[in-house]
Amino acid sequence: MTALLLRDLKLSVRAGGGALIGVLFFMTVVAVIPFGVGPDLNLLSRIGPAIVWIGALLSALLGLDRLFQTEREDGSLDLLLMQEHPLVLTVLVKCLAHWLGNGLPLVIASPLLGLFMNMDEVAIGATMLTLLVGTPALTFIGAVGAAVAVALPRGGLLVSILVLPLAIPVLIFGVSASYAAVEDPAPFMPPFLILVAITMFFAVLGPLGAALALRNAGD
Amino acid sequence: MIKILMKVSGMRLLAENLSARRGEDLIFTDISFTLGAGESLVLTGRNGSGKSTLLRVVAGLLHPETGRVTWVSESAESGMRAAEACHYLGHRNAMKAELSVFENLSFWKEFFGDVEGSKGISPGEAAETVGLGGIIHLPFGYLSAGQQRRMAFAKLLVAYRPVWILDEPTAALDVNAESMFTALINAHLSGGGIVLAATHQPLGLGNARELKMAGFAGVAEGRW
Repeated sequence: MTALLLRDLKLSVRAGGGALIGVLFFMTVVAVIPFGVGPDLNLLSRIGPAIVWIGALLSALLGLDRLFQTEREDGSLDLLLMQEHPLVLTVLVKCLAHWLGNGLPLVIASPLLGLFMNMDEVAIGATMLTLLVGTPALTFIGAVGAAVAVALPRGGLLVSILVLPLAIPVLIFGVSASYAAVEDPAPFMPPFLILVAITMFFAVLGPLGAALALRNAGD
Repeated sequence: MIKILMKVSGMRLLAENLSARRGEDLIFTDISFTLGAGESLVLTGRNGSGKSTLLRVVAGLLHPETGRVTWVSESAESGMRAAEACHYLGHRNAMKAELSVFENLSFWKEFFGDVEGSKGISPGEAAETVGLGGIIHLPFGYLSAGQQRRMAFAKLLVAYRPVWILDEPTAALDVNAESMFTALINAHLSGGGIVLAATHQPLGLGNARELKMAGFAGVAEGRW
């Protein structure tokens, strides 16, 4: 399993891997907002956490369809399915590798983009923390969509649309926790803990659903 | 000799009354066979006759419409899926073009693990065995189609599986490589392995049984 994790990490940074693409897309989305909204610093800092979260959500959805499709295209998926390792575990490890390769760079890039949005330190810290906790849930949810659409030649957009409804709660609680950290009356912990719960919930359900879909993809 | 081997290891691949469906049509019905240690079965038949489908059913990648595939051996727990005792070499090579051949082979070696107590050989030795020892550091994508096929075959050697399921193993290969493959397959058989292959070219296996697949019209079994 460590071998699979290392291989997927290597693939995500080699040519054609999606790691850098995701971060670039994230930067593009967030960097154009100040130009569109105009130089109103107060407005920017008010919408900052939401924009950074939306950018992260979109870029996390961007690379998801390749999670199993590359494996299927070169035939590796067949061999992954045949082994005695439980398929759920294989999927979980692939999700972890995908998050380390694609999700974690987004989290690391978010403080820089927070500066673009004129956010203060607390807001940047809170957004980064909620992204750290929330983006794994996006990967786990996306794994189900990627597994369902694995046999479709152009499943990319379809995967995003399939998983978007399930990803909305992550966005809502991520953003509300980020706001709670800067706006006084609202407490930070309740939305943050719900976000943690969502991630743990999908860490179990996502790989199970994806494994089931892959087993029955049979072709 | 084969009988003795069978008694010693007692392992068998059993297929009972297999039928498979593609879309609306049954491609084949009621195929049964038993393969013991050192035995091989070659599937022949025209394109679309269901050779690949049968191999994928045996490898557990397609659900059969009826019947089942079981693996019997002393060391295997009773619940073991037949697929876990199998190597599957399909049309696609299951190697990543971005990684070097060595990285590919070491990944599969580690991921496959070994079953039945036997050991696979190292990636270097495996590449040596398929005659490409010198280019193991190159990215897999740089190799020619024939070299890629050979390296995909080396994948079968890095981890031991008693059953080899080969789908057109000699596609894109020159004559030398073909005879090398035959030698490797024969070595696997004489070591007590089992081979199930679909092919158009004769593989030149010693005492292979043959199953003629007739496609939609039904299945005509060979002389056995």
